[in-house]
Amino acid sequence: MAVTGAILVLFLLGHMVGNLKAFFGGDAFNHYAEWLRTMGSPAVPYRVLLTVVEIVLVVAVVLHMWSAVSLARRASQARPVKYAAKRKSQANGYATHTMRYGGVIILLFVIWHLLDMTFGTVNPKGFDAAPYDRLVAGFDPSRWWVTLFYVVAMIMVGLHLRHGLWSAFQTLGLASGRSYGKLKAAAALVSLVLVVGFLSVPVGVMIGVIK
Amino acid sequence: MGMNLTLKVWRQNGPSDEGRMVTYKVEDVSPDMSFLEMLDVLNERLILEGDDPVAFDHDCREGICGMCGMVINGVAHGEQRATTTCQLHMRHFKDGDEVTIEPWRAAPFPVVKDLVVDRSSFDRIIQAGGFISVPAGSAPDAHSVPVKKEDADAAFDAATCIGCGACVAACPNGSASLFTAAKITHLGLLPQGQPERDSRAKAMVEQMDLEGFGGCTNTGECTAVCPKGIPLDTIARMNADYLKASK
Amino acid sequence: MSDQTHGYKVGEPIRDTKAPEGPIEDRWDKRRFSAKLVNPANKRKINVIVVGTGLAGGSAAATLGELGYKVKSFCYQDTPRRAHSIAAQGGINAAKNYRGDGDSVYRLFYDTVKGGDFRARESNVYRLAQVSVNIIDQAVAQGVPFAREYGGLLDTRSFGGAQVSRTFYARGQTGQQLLLGAYSALERQIAAGTVEMHTRHEMLDLVVSGGRARGVIVRDMVTGEIETHLADAVVLATGGYGNVFFLSTNAKGCNTTAIWRAHQRGAMFANPCYTQIHPTCIPVSGDYQSKLTLMSESLRNDGRVWVPLAKGDARKPAEIPEDERDYYLERIYPAFGNLVPRDIASRAAKNVCDEGRGVGPGGLGVYLDFADAIARLGRDAVEKKYGNLFEMYERITGENPYETPMRIYPAVHYTMGGLWVDYDLQSTIPGLFVVGEANFSDHGANRLGASALMQGLADGYFVLPTTVGDYLADVKSFGDVDPADVEQAREAVQQKIDKLLSVNGTRTADSYHRELGKVMWDYCGMERTEESLRKALERIPELREEFWNNVKVPGDPEGLNQALERAGRVADFFDLAELMCIDALHRTESCGGHFRAESQDADGEALRDDENFAYVAAWEWGPDGPTLHKEALEYEYVKMTQRSYK
Repeated sequence: MAVTGAILVLFLLGHMVGNLKAFFGGDAFNHYAEWLRTMGSPAVPYRVLLTVVEIVLVVAVVLHMWSAVSLARRASQARPVKYAAKRKSQANGYATHTMRYGGVIILLFVIWHLLDMTFGTVNPKGFDAAPYDRLVAGFDPSRWWVTLFYVVAMIMVGLHLRHGLWSAFQTLGLASGRSYGKLKAAAALVSLVLVVGFLSVPVGVMIGVIK
Repeated sequence: MGMNLTLKVWRQNGPSDEGRMVTYKVEDVSPDMSFLEMLDVLNERLILEGDDPVAFDHDCREGICGMCGMVINGVAHGEQRATTTCQLHMRHFKDGDEVTIEPWRAAPFPVVKDLVVDRSSFDRIIQAGGFISVPAGSAPDAHSVPVKKEDADAAFDAATCIGCGACVAACPNGSASLFTAAKITHLGLLPQGQPERDSRAKAMVEQMDLEGFGGCTNTGECTAVCPKGIPLDTIARMNADYLKASK
Repeated sequence: MSDQTHGYKVGEPIRDTKAPEGPIEDRWDKRRFSAKLVNPANKRKINVIVVGTGLAGGSAAATLGELGYKVKSFCYQDTPRRAHSIAAQGGINAAKNYRGDGDSVYRLFYDTVKGGDFRARESNVYRLAQVSVNIIDQAVAQGVPFAREYGGLLDTRSFGGAQVSRTFYARGQTGQQLLLGAYSALERQIAAGTVEMHTRHEMLDLVVSGGRARGVIVRDMVTGEIETHLADAVVLATGGYGNVFFLSTNAKGCNTTAIWRAHQRGAMFANPCYTQIHPTCIPVSGDYQSKLTLMSESLRNDGRVWVPLAKGDARKPAEIPEDERDYYLERIYPAFGNLVPRDIASRAAKNVCDEGRGVGPGGLGVYLDFADAIARLGRDAVEKKYGNLFEMYERITGENPYETPMRIYPAVHYTMGGLWVDYDLQSTIPGLFVVGEANFSDHGANRLGASALMQGLADGYFVLPTTVGDYLADVKSFGDVDPADVEQAREAVQQKIDKLLSVNGTRTADSYHRELGKVMWDYCGMERTEESLRKALERIPELREEFWNNVKVPGDPEGLNQALERAGRVADFFDLAELMCIDALHRTESCGGHFRAESQDADGEALRDDENFAYVAAWEWGPDGPTLHKEALEYEYVKMTQRSYK
């Protein structure tokens, strides 16, 4: 869980930095998108590295979900008889809810997001349009509900990461003693940066900074 | 002045009985009573009425032996923080309250009767390595190894675990990580505990998994209900020691 | 010879034959050297039963297992870690002299003999003081997290009855930490296969065969099955009997059944009337009260005890000016002040309450005030030292002791009496050893604070393993256990259970226990008189008779039946209570925890009668009443003086 999660966080950081290229205009953004496919060129053929990254990501996502499912299964085996009273969370209930239900919402979002931005299936401009055009069209103010979904999903991602990152520090045994508080703060900070970074682009499109 | 309460209590006649919630009314409960004293009063009445009194574990009634434990209104040991069931007092309830009382729920804690569960899985985790091997009479002078005060204090904080099992009862995953980590941390922080540190962590974690406890997802529910407030970072320490020992 | 008025006979004197002669500091060494050894290969074939898993029983079982014996350990709790030693708060004494403040083995020995009001054996106490230093070493090596100073060395504090700082502590949870140390050693032996653990098992009788203790009859509290376990020696570590008073600081499950049955099988019971009333407990709040909670004696280091000068002063404590307060311990005992021994502090509290100057509900309480300590040391320092105790107080009473003084009142805490044992900790039944609070040995008529943990661990880790070996060296001559003896013991247990379940009367066992406790507290409590004791001796048999004809015990003999467990224990408390009162009545002197109002000096202090009572009263059980055997106490080293803490 921690290891696959860490891979996904690294990906998200890269993804976010790439997204910010949108603020430098369509050419910069499209050029970046093209660079992703020509990485390592000419030593490595077109799109090979990107495909490798994609495979790693898919494997990480699958393993991450598999870990989640097996943890949940272990949990239900460890408590075959449930409590009659609703178990009242004493730790804000934040972690359990964002991890389990938030995880499912994020999965649904990722599917939509791929259909929208990668395959263009649900994008007004379709697959053949340039990435930047797809981006601007995707977050067009007339499609406010898409943006809203995106915002909600990003906040979910942020919450998921805030606990997930810190939890990974715990699981990997890093968060003990003095580093405990610092790592908890670091997890929150990274999550916040990611949420702000990701949200800046659709907001930018909405208020017309990106067009 | 006394309160009237409605209790919904888990009754189960033995390990193979299915069990059910049964409703009882208790009247004129004094706010100065402890929760267990309130149950004593109910039991005295049940006996005289020819009913079977509610079985529950308890012993010291001063919050240190770790024998008592019930899930009260969905919270292990009740909503009062850092408090065992025996130290919970009725002044925290209101007249007319409905109170649900259930045993710890976990596969490695099978119900013996009513609210009594079998926690011998905890003993087996300690047996796997929760000790420092030192035969009586072989110890060097106590001052031969100074221990940094902050290490001694942190070790003490972890060592205060009373083994009640509330951490497991409260954990949405039914994990025993806080219990196991408390002992690994206590002994792992002291110079005396170093020689067996790796083998201890490995053996105890493996035993914990073998007993059928769930996995830890760091939800923090355990430490929130822990009567002794064992800190969550003990779990990180356990994981670090376990990973190091497993290399 | 018999004493009709007291209802007992007087038998032959009794003597400890095991303590070696010679200089006191060499006796334990001599005994260890003279003790026979058991061949390691033979130890595996020798069975030892240890009942109870507190500091004494847990450490004994672990150590015997480590030595290679085949050990069976029993406890009534769900795990050995819960034994009531866990609740000891204050600390453990040891003559380490790490402070360089003039402590020594001899001084600890002296303080303990004097603190016990000259009613303990010198040889035993000296050994206890000697072994105390090993206990600290052992505990530290096991990982017991004692409090430390910034230099990394162990911290100590001072305690009632001593003028040196020799009490090692782990915040307010010293008993817990020491017990978990012993428990972890025990679990290690369980894992190693040398100790077989039986939790939720209650000992209901002792098997005596061929004149030797050869096993126990226990009830599996989960299934209700009656089981027989045989062995070559039996160790009882089943704690004290303070719960005879119903309200005490003991755990609810603490009981006298194991030692009482052993007593009925021939083990003599020594000094049953010596009861320690602890001065600093949280006062009773109502009729439903199920137990009393102790506030560690260490609080008296920094707290000041007072009551209003005027009778019936109902003002809030903060509204009572300094000159209208009576810091009575500091006034009466200027040398020791708030740190006088427990018996003295308790009786002083009773006296001021009897004068009508008590505080809180019913006037049964005195203030323990930390205002000065907070002003002097700061709230943080006080919180560091006593934080957990203050929290506990607030949870129970709903009052904040940082702002308003604590209310405290004495409560039954510890019983110095117990089964009689010799220097080897062996009772009058060969092969039956008794350790910890269950025996009578080391505290005389009054135990000093922080000495119970010391005695329990001294017995279990260091003394018993040596002396049991000496007894077991002759194991080949023990012979087989006669099945008829086993059958007879099982039969007795079964009959009692059947009888309790068949009465089907109209009162619960708890209600009888409460009533018995009140009789004992009123008539055989902090202050005893001939009149009160005779009243008790009249009332107890009546109540017992009623109990056996009118108790209502629900349920079946099979399965978990907590009401049945309780009823069985209450039945034995009745018998013990009677013996306690007989003992208290016969001892017309005051000493330590036994205060006879008839025997006090002009200042109201306990007045001993060394001429007539410098002996241990060892009682032999008989169907027609007990027989008294006296063990004379001789003091070669510490001169007998009237205790003075002024």
